[in-house]
Amino acid sequence: MDHITETCREIKDKLSAYLDGELETALCAEIEQHLRGCDNCRVMVDTLNKTITLYRNYGQDEVPPDAHTRLTRVLNLERLKMKIQQST
Amino acid sequence: MKPDQPRDEDLVRQAQAGDETAFTELVHRHERHVYTLALRMLREPADAEDVLQETFISALRGLKHFRGDATFATWLYRIAYNATLMKLRHPPAPASLDAAIENDENAMPRELTDWSHDPEAALMNKETRRVMDAAVAALPESMRSVFVLRDIDGLSTDETAAVLDISPEAVKVRLHRARLALREKLSSYFGAPRLTTKGAS
Repeated sequence: MDHITETCREIKDKLSAYLDGELETALCAEIEQHLRGCDNCRVMVDTLNKTITLYRNYGQDEVPPDAHTRLTRVLNLERLKMKIQQST
Repeated sequence: MKPDQPRDEDLVRQAQAGDETAFTELVHRHERHVYTLALRMLREPADAEDVLQETFISALRGLKHFRGDATFATWLYRIAYNATLMKLRHPPAPASLDAAIENDENAMPRELTDWSHDPEAALMNKETRRVMDAAVAALPESMRSVFVLRDIDGLSTDETAAVLDISPEAVKVRLHRARLALREKLSSYFGAPRLTTKGAS
């Protein structure tokens, strides 16, 4: 297994920006060259990417049906209140 | 959103003109995002539902004043975030907790097992979901809000910055720290560590 170098540390700080496509092409190329020769950093970037993907695909919470029904009811009541206020 | 669906701005204009179905459609589009933000921040479904209702009541009442300087989503999530902050019963996470993660900045990851090639279907089950939820809940609030808005609700960096009233740079820094912390937690769960720090035997 590779040893962790100063380059590994520098790259770790840039991985989110790299995965979000926010880095310049030249810097991306440098990172990719390092990744080809460093198992640690490759695992790091792959598992970070997978972490982001899992949360993007499965992280959102559904509004429970009962809560949705109550929200609809509350908003209907609020509309009624607003209409009464406007007419007085 | 499908290409033939009206944009939020169009629905807002219709709702401002009194079209109730347009506002209902806006609720339908955004309720999951608002609920997710509130639930992830507050952890209690009942509190998240309160925020959901308060947010859309405020939006309904305030819609006539909405001028479109920000997107409707940004405006709405800002209302939701402020309602969430009002609801937080406990004080913000102690500085030491934030500092603990910040001090960990230079540390290299402890977990370097490669689980990235496992298919999602194999990774995802009830227990995994519980681990993922607990990992987010353990983040300091300042990172949690950024992570939920950016990576779960899918807002851009600029939108997240506008909702939270912080700089885009701060969003990027907090997001990166949050992701590293979550990766570490998920790696602990998905596989045993393989090695490695310099000099480790």
